[in-house]
Amino acid sequence: MNPTEIKKISFLSGRGIPLKGNDLDTDRIIPARYLKCVTFDKLGEYLFYDVRFNENGSKKEHALNEKKYEGATIMIVNRNFGCGSSREHAPQSLLRYGIKALIGESFAEIFSDNCTALGLPLVTAKKEDIENLMNFVEDDPVCEIKIDLEKLEVTYGDFSILVQQPAQMRKALLEGSWNSTGELLSSLKEIHLVKSKLPYLNKFNF
Amino acid sequence: MAKSKEIFYSKKFKENYLYLKKSKNFILVKNLKLKKIKMKRTLLDKIWDIHRVRTLPNGKDQIFIGLHLIHEVTSPQAFQMIREEKLKVLFPQNTFATVDHIVPTDDQSRPLKDPLAEEMLTALENNTKETGIKFFDFKSVKQGIVHVIGPELGITQPGMTIACGDSHTSTHGAFGSLAFGIGTTQIKDLLATQTLALSKPKIRKISVKGKLGIGVYAKDVILAIIQKLGVNGGIGFCYEYGGEAIKNFNMEERMTICNMTIEGGARMGYINPDDTTFNYIKEREFAPKGEEFKRAVSWWKAIASEPKAKYDDTVELDGSKIEPMVTWGINPGQTIGISKTLPDIKSLNSNERETAKEAYEHMGLESGKPLKGIPIHVAFIGSCTNSRISDLREAAKIAKGRKVALGVKALVVPGSQQVQKAAENEGLDKIFKEAGFEWREAGCSMCLAMNPDKLKGRELCASSSNRNFKGRQGSATGRTILMSPAMVAAAAIQGSLTDVREFL
Repeated sequence: MNPTEIKKISFLSGRGIPLKGNDLDTDRIIPARYLKCVTFDKLGEYLFYDVRFNENGSKKEHALNEKKYEGATIMIVNRNFGCGSSREHAPQSLLRYGIKALIGESFAEIFSDNCTALGLPLVTAKKEDIENLMNFVEDDPVCEIKIDLEKLEVTYGDFSILVQQPAQMRKALLEGSWNSTGELLSSLKEIHLVKSKLPYLNKFNF
Repeated sequence: MAKSKEIFYSKKFKENYLYLKKSKNFILVKNLKLKKIKMKRTLLDKIWDIHRVRTLPNGKDQIFIGLHLIHEVTSPQAFQMIREEKLKVLFPQNTFATVDHIVPTDDQSRPLKDPLAEEMLTALENNTKETGIKFFDFKSVKQGIVHVIGPELGITQPGMTIACGDSHTSTHGAFGSLAFGIGTTQIKDLLATQTLALSKPKIRKISVKGKLGIGVYAKDVILAIIQKLGVNGGIGFCYEYGGEAIKNFNMEERMTICNMTIEGGARMGYINPDDTTFNYIKEREFAPKGEEFKRAVSWWKAIASEPKAKYDDTVELDGSKIEPMVTWGINPGQTIGISKTLPDIKSLNSNERETAKEAYEHMGLESGKPLKGIPIHVAFIGSCTNSRISDLREAAKIAKGRKVALGVKALVVPGSQQVQKAAENEGLDKIFKEAGFEWREAGCSMCLAMNPDKLKGRELCASSSNRNFKGRQGSATGRTILMSPAMVAAAAIQGSLTDVREFL
């Protein structure tokens, strides 16, 4: 991706994976010991590691271990998802696992900001709508879920539900301004100008 | 507030009148001279203005960062983003790198024994080589804790904006710069654009009046400040430290003050540059030389806060009343003077009681009792707060001719290879070793336990570092008591928490 090109995110679709439970914190999303790393690359492998695997590496019962959800890109969650630390490693691990969007009852604030910075859309829906969607996906895991950020609508099978998204996140995604680097880089000329006037970068000739 | 009170010329009355605009009410002020009425500015105002590129659509300011410092822990992912997004490092000459967090302090031969540590170090080597960033590695003999080497190499200078993926970047504010910690995505922004999207903080002036007593150091002053204002008291603020006690500090003491600014919740804090600052910088490797140095000094003088500058808040402390401070809890705001007894939970603010209770449980302490006399297991002198030559000299004064108590593991970890060399030239290493301290190589060491130096089990550590959080020193049940390096040395000799003044 070229950061000077804006990447607008207005529509996503894919198969879903339900992850039941409230208050799933960042330590559960990515355990602390996996922060000693040089890249975010492998974080996808460690997504929810301690709730997916036993100490000997054998699999526990968990949605992410179920064959029927393989290749799913839209995660459906409950309340206060992503609470805890500010580590960017949490949304990074979701992104690198292959998750393209999350639909939930609610998300923690810092987690939400980090997701915005990475262009990972979050939308929220009513409790009963989430439950219905989770049940539907359990029965029909190959069903295509469509998220329309313009209309703030999620459709699956014959159903459609209204969703919400924080205004700033929606603006950033729809306008493609979620990558702050692009925004900052667009004033390259002014950056050079400020640099050329700083005494300490110009042998103190001022 | 500077923004609600604007002053400007009316074209018509340019010669004799100025309009004073306050909210929506215009007041006509007659015959005021521009010099008198011009808003007096702080160092924060001045540095912010000259580094401002523009105001972004989201309302934040795009700020040029003159100096970017990087280390092995928070930078590799940012370099990865740079590659993935097909960006390039815009001004590699404005970034400097070192390795500190993960380095072992006993055996620094390559490859490092911990494969993850070796991988992080190798990544930094490759990233800096590929992008043309100067890297102070072991071989350079200038390696060390990032907040120690920046100043000692003369890279850190007044008037700069300085950022690093490390919250203790506030240290560099000691030189009269705006220095603060950033996250990984911001490191990417900085590498790619040499700028950051920032909101200007409010400013609080903290004056420490009077002269400090014997055995009272910069560490005690900053712990007293955090005790007074709380660990969240600085959120949204930039701190300006001043007053007689601060003015009398040397640069290394000033760095200790600014270093722990973040522990009080403020992201940055500074001290106005003066002759102490200029004399420290002079002749250092990256300092301007000759005529250029003279020009530099005149600019550095001009960026200091003006005497009548406006502050959002002011706080005063009486330095003569500060005694050697020790923490008793699990955050750096939970402190008492060494002669005092532990506070009664009921005497604390209601919002502090829960943490105090948790702290007493974790530390195994009780209210009403003194900290003095409590046995220690480990003594750690080091970290970006207190590992510079003057810190080691003060600790060596206490250690000289004495012996570390039986059963106490005592470590001295110089902040950089240059500090290590200077200390060895002065014979400080011999003093420490003869007293029974281990003399180590430069690194972050036991401050944060991302390297082999860690507490075990419930060990209690007298530490010259900056954070006493649960688990910070590598053991979930380990206990940390923060204090000055001289106090740590005294505790090591005594085998228990003690008052350094009895050793002087």
